[in-house]
Amino acid sequence: MKGIGKTLLLIGGTSDIGRATALIYAEAGWDVLLTGRKRSAVQREADDISARTGANVLVHELDILATSRFEDFVGAVSPLPDTAVCVVGELGEQSRAERELEHAAMIMRTNFEGPALLLGLLAERFAARGSGTIVGISSVAGDRGRASNYVYGAGKAGLTAFLSGLRNRLSGSGVRVLTVKPGFVRTRMTHGMKLPPLLTAEPREVAQKIFTVAEGSRGGDVVYVRRIWRPLMTAIRSIPEPIFKRLRL
Amino acid sequence: MEGWGRYPRHESQAIDCKRPEALAGTVAARMGLIGRGNGRSYGDAAIGEHSTLMCRGLSRMRSFDPNDATLTVEGGVMLSDILRAFVPRGYFPPVVPGTKYVTVGGMIASDVHGKNHHRDGGFGDHVSEIKLVVASGETLTCSRGRNADLFFATVGGMGMTGIIAEATFRLRPIESAWIAQKTIVTENLGEALKALQQTEDVTYSVAWIDCLSQGASLGRSLIFAGEHATLDQVGGMPGVDRFAAKNAGMFSLPFDLPQWVLNKTSVTAFNEIYFRAGARKAAKTSLVHWDKYFFPLDGILEWNRLYGRRGFLQHQCVVPAEDALPVLSGMLERFARSGKGSFLAVLKKLGGGSGLLSFPAPGYTLALDLPVTQEVFRLLDEIDELVVKAGGRLYLAKDARQSRHTFEAGYPRLAAFKELRKATGADRHFNSRLAKRLGI
Repeated sequence: MKGIGKTLLLIGGTSDIGRATALIYAEAGWDVLLTGRKRSAVQREADDISARTGANVLVHELDILATSRFEDFVGAVSPLPDTAVCVVGELGEQSRAERELEHAAMIMRTNFEGPALLLGLLAERFAARGSGTIVGISSVAGDRGRASNYVYGAGKAGLTAFLSGLRNRLSGSGVRVLTVKPGFVRTRMTHGMKLPPLLTAEPREVAQKIFTVAEGSRGGDVVYVRRIWRPLMTAIRSIPEPIFKRLRL
Repeated sequence: MEGWGRYPRHESQAIDCKRPEALAGTVAARMGLIGRGNGRSYGDAAIGEHSTLMCRGLSRMRSFDPNDATLTVEGGVMLSDILRAFVPRGYFPPVVPGTKYVTVGGMIASDVHGKNHHRDGGFGDHVSEIKLVVASGETLTCSRGRNADLFFATVGGMGMTGIIAEATFRLRPIESAWIAQKTIVTENLGEALKALQQTEDVTYSVAWIDCLSQGASLGRSLIFAGEHATLDQVGGMPGVDRFAAKNAGMFSLPFDLPQWVLNKTSVTAFNEIYFRAGARKAAKTSLVHWDKYFFPLDGILEWNRLYGRRGFLQHQCVVPAEDALPVLSGMLERFARSGKGSFLAVLKKLGGGSGLLSFPAPGYTLALDLPVTQEVFRLLDEIDELVVKAGGRLYLAKDARQSRHTFEAGYPRLAAFKELRKATGADRHFNSRLAKRLGI
């Protein structure tokens, strides 16, 4: 449509947040490259975005757990995107993860290892070029481990720390690194859960926030989609451990 | 489960469908199933006899060809999404009903009509191809040249032939997001019918009738005639954004209104104010945003709660042009006498419909809504008799209560429809509460 000559790489193109984010960029005239585990499913999203906006949307099959293929993928991505957003995440089942190593490992690898390695590689190429924006979707669940989802939370905490370090290292290099913590979002991941309305965002709201912060000149490095989360999580982080361990939050 | 009118209510198992690949298995394995889009049909059309396939997840657009403005979408794509994506790009759907919160599958199944039916026909007339998942689970491509029987049974077929997985239709190019509207004031029903006749060359026209006025002013109405505003018209208005996305805010009715709020006095007062406000604008052309012109009620989300918990009935019939004046006057008189407040009735001129069970027929259609009460059922039964005697019929997408007799009298191509259902195995697989009630 507008053809502004910029490209977004969206990792996790079949998720609700990924889809909404890609659509917002496409509406603004960006070209989009979507990745996902299953080609037919990503292609469906790509066709949808392209029909709605007239944007160029390409797809690439990529499994976030297939880390051995990351170097080939990043080497082949052409043109090198201006912005890369990784929305990949897996809540899994906490109780199952407590018993099954494999399930726990899958949750940790999907939320931390895969996204961190991939965004790290992309950051290297962005740094060599001297420009680019990296956006990692982490979670408020990574701000403090809780009984109900600490395996997922640990993965997200790892990603938060990784992005923080990456940002620290690349400061002044022309590469921006953003950490976005959406809080509760009405998506497939939270389907069937009872969500507090004040704390719950729609996928499009998350997407709009990502776009505004990533492509605007202002805004922090660590972004809570709904502002209320920042004081809330500060409070939760400041509860002393002896008390916290007895709470059911 | 219930329809938009919140009457009747039935048990039905909801089955989610998020991906098109899952359709074949889901459909083939079940009996007494019906597809449901956004649940905006008023009565029991989208409540499955046993189970109901929730199709909102089939919400992806497939392709758009700007060369001939052809759009292909999955059946669960919402009209509001199409408007959002395409109005800013200079395209408008060929036909839109009175709400934008409907799915494409639902618009085809109901062969919905708009304010341009007299000129452009129903939505089904603009559909070139449908991908239909039939009883066996197989997906059949249906068009006027391919599986044509199934195509014409599916247009207006209320979901009783299969699940509409995909549809292709053309959009119309527009020069702006605005409608150039002219308001015509008429003092009675005869004038209103004449005015609708005279505005036949105008793309959009609709009459809002004050259906509580009686005697000499029975059927007094405001007729809104509209055209998509041209670039010149919009350019001449300072400060008007050519493709303005939105003009009005929305608010949601947070609770059910108690029954006593809608009474004869309050509705009469409302109608008086509404009529006078409209009359003030008469004779000059004004620019109205498409959202306000086509979907005035969408501005109040969940407006069905206006009628309280017991729900309401929408009555929409069409009667042939020849006898329209005496028949419609007879109906309006009864409504007015009963004092069963409808805010406003809507009157439109229709052309013919193409589907076997399409509602539109050449003539005039009158729609109004009434709260659910015992007397209202009796009143409507009487009115149905008038309609059928005049050679008219009732709109299935809005029906919750008509008898098998009025239905059979109103739809002469029913036998062919039933035969096709039998031949394709649809009669055992696809059954809604409406289908059961009317013996389809």
